[in-house]
Amino acid sequence: MSELRELYQEIILDHNKNPRNFGPLASANRSREGYNPLCGDHLHVHLEICDGSLKAINFEGSGCAISKASASLMTSALKGKSIDEAEKIFADFHAMVTADISVPVDENKLGKMAIFAGVREFPMRVKCCTLAWHAMNSALIDDENIVSTE
Amino acid sequence: MVLNESILGSPIGGFDITEIQQDFPILNSKVNSKPLVYLDNASTTQKPSVVLDALDHHYTTENANIHRGVHHLSQKATISYEKARECVGRFLNTSESGEIVFVRGTTEAINLIAHSFGRQQIGEGDEIIISHMEHHSNIVPWQVLCREKKAVLRVIPINSTGELVFDDYVNLLNSNTKIVSVSHVSNVLGTINPIREITARAHDVGAVVVIDGAQGVPHLEVDVTSIDCDFYTFSGHKFFGPTGIGVLYGKKKLLEEMPPWETGGSMISKVSLEEGTTYASIPAKFEAGTPSIAGAIGLAAAIDYVENLGLDVIEQYERNLLKYGEQLLSEIPGLRIFGQAKEKVGVISFALESIHPHDVGTILDTEGIAIRAGHHCAQPLMDYYKVPAMARASIAFYNSYMEMESLALSIEKVRRVFN
Repeated sequence: MSELRELYQEIILDHNKNPRNFGPLASANRSREGYNPLCGDHLHVHLEICDGSLKAINFEGSGCAISKASASLMTSALKGKSIDEAEKIFADFHAMVTADISVPVDENKLGKMAIFAGVREFPMRVKCCTLAWHAMNSALIDDENIVSTE
Repeated sequence: MVLNESILGSPIGGFDITEIQQDFPILNSKVNSKPLVYLDNASTTQKPSVVLDALDHHYTTENANIHRGVHHLSQKATISYEKARECVGRFLNTSESGEIVFVRGTTEAINLIAHSFGRQQIGEGDEIIISHMEHHSNIVPWQVLCREKKAVLRVIPINSTGELVFDDYVNLLNSNTKIVSVSHVSNVLGTINPIREITARAHDVGAVVVIDGAQGVPHLEVDVTSIDCDFYTFSGHKFFGPTGIGVLYGKKKLLEEMPPWETGGSMISKVSLEEGTTYASIPAKFEAGTPSIAGAIGLAAAIDYVENLGLDVIEQYERNLLKYGEQLLSEIPGLRIFGQAKEKVGVISFALESIHPHDVGTILDTEGIAIRAGHHCAQPLMDYYKVPAMARASIAFYNSYMEMESLALSIEKVRRVFN
């Protein structure tokens, strides 16, 4: 049960139930779709990029608690950040969840995102918590393909 | 939770679940420090020691290629492989073992029929009927064939309890119907389809009937002669046998008239660079290359094991077990079971409130319980129920009443985590 507590923490359950920045974004100038057909996680990430910064970021769609909470926390973390900062945070997050379980987590660097370190215990679920992030990154670099992490 | 005698019915003579579980070494293992409760049997089943021993025996005492060597080992391997074919033929009650073609699995069997029989027989405007509850392996080969031949794919609808709407099926049949291909048992809903009646009606209009038996054979006695279907397919690994081996049963006359699918060694009669090639007779015509020899031998061992337990006893036990599991789960608030057909076996697919099936699956896994979460290779069925995915507990005869209780208790735990 201890690994489970680490994965399904209060903050993840809360963001799953009450996702932040959830819904369409009328001012969006870039949107990307993330879809994992095998498990059914399906979401859209909307960005309003203005003067090299993420003025607004929303997501919508359906998926498991891990994918939704990760998307919700991502939007909270990236709102107002510059494109360079957003890419840096993406790289740090991605490196954390794909690292070996023995690698210590730098909580100072990752902030609230550090709670997703628990997903390393569940290799099949890494794709869930990175889906929104890859969709966001794809929008940032303006890649036109639908994103999948399966 | 207490065992409810009224659900259990009378005890089943000679069916000792503790003893049966001892026959499957993997069932003694632990997952996340908890005893394994394996409820993903519709994906693949576990293997009894007798199957593992048969594989070991083959590789340690008679491993050789078949149908070609004059040496001792090759003759032994050939005899074992052909004995396995006879065993499968007897098991399905075919008129002769030549009607049994060994393939990789159900997927390959259906592709073989679509490529060989389908390409030969289907033309523009012809119609093929499948159902709304099919596995992707019984949808996509027909879609591809229809696109290639400008034929039309028709779909038998289902109702909310998860049964085929038989009147609608009858209305779909007409003189253009050439193939009807449906599952014996749904891998998601557990529905047992009325394949005898389906076959009889299809034959009335001259159509050929393919039955996807992947989920039928592990739970029900199958007699292809009595069903009168033209083709019946199943996978060894879903029937307590090894992966990589499956069965295509076809009526002799059809198999003989069909062109080969894969070509190469073993399936030829004579190869000449000047005069061309003539093909072997059935079943060799459809078994190009070296087949899964050990797989066939392992499958025969699985059949022997199951027949020894008794298919009628297994069927009765599983029906009671399913009933008990469904009763326990239906008492959980917010749990919805998909598929409530009057005739069903083997499967409880469910949704729990708005909790995603993958979260359910991950939490059950920490309790040592293996279920499947996802679209179960049946996306049209997910669309019908308007869900992206389902959680599915699927049973085999080695599952116990206690394991059903563990499942129910662990689902309660999932609810507690999320509330």
